[in-house]
Parts: sequence; structure tokens; C-alpha cells
Amino acid sequence: MSEQDIEAKSNGTMCKSHAIYDEDMVVVTHASMHFNLSSEIVDNVKDYFIKLVQRKLFYQDFTAVDDISFNVKKGEVFGIIGTNGSGKSTMLKMISGVLKPTTGTIEVRGNISPLIELGAGFDPELTARENVYLNGAILGYNKKFLDDHFEQIVEFAELHDFMDVPIKNYSSGMVARIGFAIATVVKPDILIVDEILSVGDFLFQEKCENRINELMDGGTTVIIVSHSIEQIERLCDRALWIEKSKQRMLGPVDEVCEMYRAHAGD
Amino acid sequence: MNPIIAIREFKKHNFLLYYLTARDFKVKYRRSVLGIFWSVLNPLLMMIILSLVFSSIFRADIANFPVYLILGQSLFQFMSEGSSSAMSSILANAPLIKKVYIPKYIFPLEKVIFAFVNFVVSLVAVALVMLVFKVVPSWQIVFLPLLLVYMMLFTLGLGLLLSALAVFFRDIIHLYGVLVTAWTYLTPLFYPISMLPDWLQQALQFNPMLHYVNYFRDILLYHTAPTLLENLICIVFAVVTLVIGLFAFRKSQDKFILHV
Repeated sequence: MSEQDIEAKSNGTMCKSHAIYDEDMVVVTHASMHFNLSSEIVDNVKDYFIKLVQRKLFYQDFTAVDDISFNVKKGEVFGIIGTNGSGKSTMLKMISGVLKPTTGTIEVRGNISPLIELGAGFDPELTARENVYLNGAILGYNKKFLDDHFEQIVEFAELHDFMDVPIKNYSSGMVARIGFAIATVVKPDILIVDEILSVGDFLFQEKCENRINELMDGGTTVIIVSHSIEQIERLCDRALWIEKSKQRMLGPVDEVCEMYRAHAGD
Repeated sequence: MNPIIAIREFKKHNFLLYYLTARDFKVKYRRSVLGIFWSVLNPLLMMIILSLVFSSIFRADIANFPVYLILGQSLFQFMSEGSSSAMSSILANAPLIKKVYIPKYIFPLEKVIFAFVNFVVSLVAVALVMLVFKVVPSWQIVFLPLLLVYMMLFTLGLGLLLSALAVFFRDIIHLYGVLVTAWTYLTPLFYPISMLPDWLQQALQFNPMLHYVNYFRDILLYHTAPTLLENLICIVFAVVTLVIGLFAFRKSQDKFILHV
């Protein structure tokens, strides 16, 4: 079955409860990402000249993502699966704007809330209260918005008594709670989720999944990367399977997962 | 990028800029008893030590030496602090840059703004010393905002250039410390320029900090209005540095993530 066939079929078999609109939110066209994988990073002058003389500087090219195309529609929950090192996270970084594709284009409509590693922008010296503002500012919220939604964030994270404690004294689970609460306080147009649902205790995980479901019902487009096929199958409408940087399969989540189970690692 | 989009982008990240500066302030003074007073106390103590040392060793005959000293010292401190902290700002924020999209100029810009705020606070120390030595500024003080703009642009340009360079060549971080020390001695901060041989005086005309420090002393200590030529020299140094810095930064910013 060709990719087109799978695509065509997927349009008829949307099975999850939320609505999907005909509008494209993310359009990825022949995107590739090349890294210069010289055995070590050259970051001082001496090495630079040694490598230059040895002509090693520009040669070890590594393709992390090779010619991948797909689109994600408004309201859709899109999964990306693949084994370790196949280029899933690179793909997400390209969508969130952190990396620019070497060739090809990526078009994104609407604001993105990245959940790539919760609490990435936290300063350990600052209190949780201050970090809510700092992290919020990093995600592009303004002061008034954060003032208005502060209670809601604290409420969700269930950390009322710890807001004036420096983050360095927090456990990793507590940091993740705050991070998730900030990232999802607004209803983003596109939510990017990278393996984060594995943090926190099971009660909080459940809460996070409920929140994501809530956002999906409100028309948010979600892109999820996970090792857990079960999670992808449970949450997603369509999935993309990337294997060794290349696009293996794009289609309805059940079919992609089935093929993935059968052939992963080939 | 088209200017309207650029301005909108800038506005969107206004609060981030503000909050990062506030964060630096909080972290810097957290758990110190005197807190922000250190920003006043530090230049004062520095000035006292240096005046003791230099008035007894060099016996340089400068009227109001402590005022002469603190003016040069505080202005140079703004430049060196701003550019050094901007230099490592991209590397220091590497974890963030790898995970979230933020315009990268925010980091060096924030460091320069933070140094500027510190400088403005240290002007209290300058005012105190002037008060003690009964140096009363005259109407020439209206030139002060101009000087601050020149210094801001110059330091920002330098900071942008250094921060981009530091990503690709970490050596620059070690080297710059030495360079700044050399630069301190090559700027007449605690000696009069007339002490130097003629050729060196000529060569030092290419040191931007010489012009900025002279400007600062002219308006506050010597009560002379800077000439149009002096202003032009200051503007050219500031604008050229800023343009080079912006160009280098823009050219390389998309590659930062591959090297941090």
C-alpha cells in the first residue's frame, strides 16, 4: 500500500471523539536536517586549525531527518513514533522553531506551546513563584496574563504551600508539575509533547492526560512523540513512523502502530 | 525581516527582557544584607583604594583625583561588565535555547541592560564623591543622556559580537579577560593621558573608551561642552561597533544550537 492510499483512507476513518477541521496547522515539506558530526565539537582555535589542516572540518555529515513531509490538521492529535535516535525529537525541535531545517520548509500557523522537557527555563535560585513568571515570560505570556492566571497554575500543580521555596529544593516531580501547569494554562493552537507524560506520580500523569484531552476537545492541535505505542494508540488519530531518519509510514494510528510492531528495527 | 514584524516580535518579548533583568538583580543580591547598596558601595571602595595607591605612587598631578578616577572607573566598568557578561550569555542559556524558541539576541541584550542598570545605580556613588569634593555639575550635564546612548550602543555591539564568537571559539572567553585588563591600562582611567609618549597618545585615539571617558569627564568634571567632532567620533565608534555586532550575530545565530 502506498503512502497516498494510507492518507486517503485515514480521512474516512477518524475515530476519536474530538472534532478535526480541514485547516492545516503544520505543513512539513521535504524537510531535512543535516548535522556536521565531526567526532568532537570544534570550539577552540587550536582544534580548528588542526582539523582544517587535516581537512576533517566539514566532512562528517550526518542526516538526522531525511526528506520528511506531512501535514497536521487543526484539532488533530498526531503521533510520531520510531526507535531511539531515529530523528523524532529533531523533528519536534524543527516544528517548534528551535532548529531550522537544512533543506525543505516547515510552516506553522498559530502559537506553539512546547512541552519539551518540563521546567527547561527554571532558575534553581529563584522561588517557584518567581519561576512561574520567568517561565511564563519565556513562553511569551505577559505580566497581566500571569497575574490573572497565577492561582489557576498553583491550583493545577497542587503546590500551594511551596510557592515561596526556591526551586532547587524541589523534587523533580514537583518541578514537572509546575512546568506542565504553566505550559498548559493557556489554550495553545499547537501543543507539542515529548515523552513528558512519564514524569510525576500516576495521579498526576492521569491529570496531565485529562488536561491534554480537555485541550484537544477545545480544538488544540497536539503533536506527541513517545516510545510507548500504547500511549500513541490511545491518544492519536494519525501517526508518522520515522526509522533511521527516513519516513517509513504515514497514516491512521492503528495501521502505523501495527506495522511498527511487526517491523520495528528492520 | 520586515520592520513591522520585527517590532511586534520585540514587543512580544518585552516582558521576558524585563523579567530576565529582574531575575539577575534578585539572584545577584539575594541573601546579601546590604543588597543593592553594594552597587554604590563597590565603586566607592574601589575608588578609595585606587586613589590611595595612585596618589602615593604616581603622584600624578590631577585636580580632584578621586572624581577623575571614579568617573573613568565607573564608565569603563559598565562597558567591561556588559560586554563580558553578554559574551557568555548564549552559552549560559544553552539548555533553554535547545528547548524553546526565543529570539537569541534577548540574552546579550539583557546582560547589557543589566550592566546599564548597575551603572545607573553606581552614578549615586559618583554623585556622592562629587558632593564631597564640591564639584558641582553645570548645564553641560544635559549631554549625559547622549553619552549613555553612545555607551549602550557600543557595549551592545561588542556584546553581540563576542557572544556569537564565544559560541564557536570558547578560547575567546579566556582571552577577553586578559584583553580587558590591557584595555583598562590603555585607557587613561587613573593617569593623565599627557603622561604618555606622543606616539602612544596618537595611537590611543583609536581606543573608543578614551573618547567616552573624556566625554564623561568633560561634562561632569571640566564643565566643557563636547565639540561636534567629539560627538561624531563617539557616534561613529558606537554605530560601527553595533553594525558589526548585529551582522555577525545575525549571520551565525541559526548555527548556535549546533555548537552550544
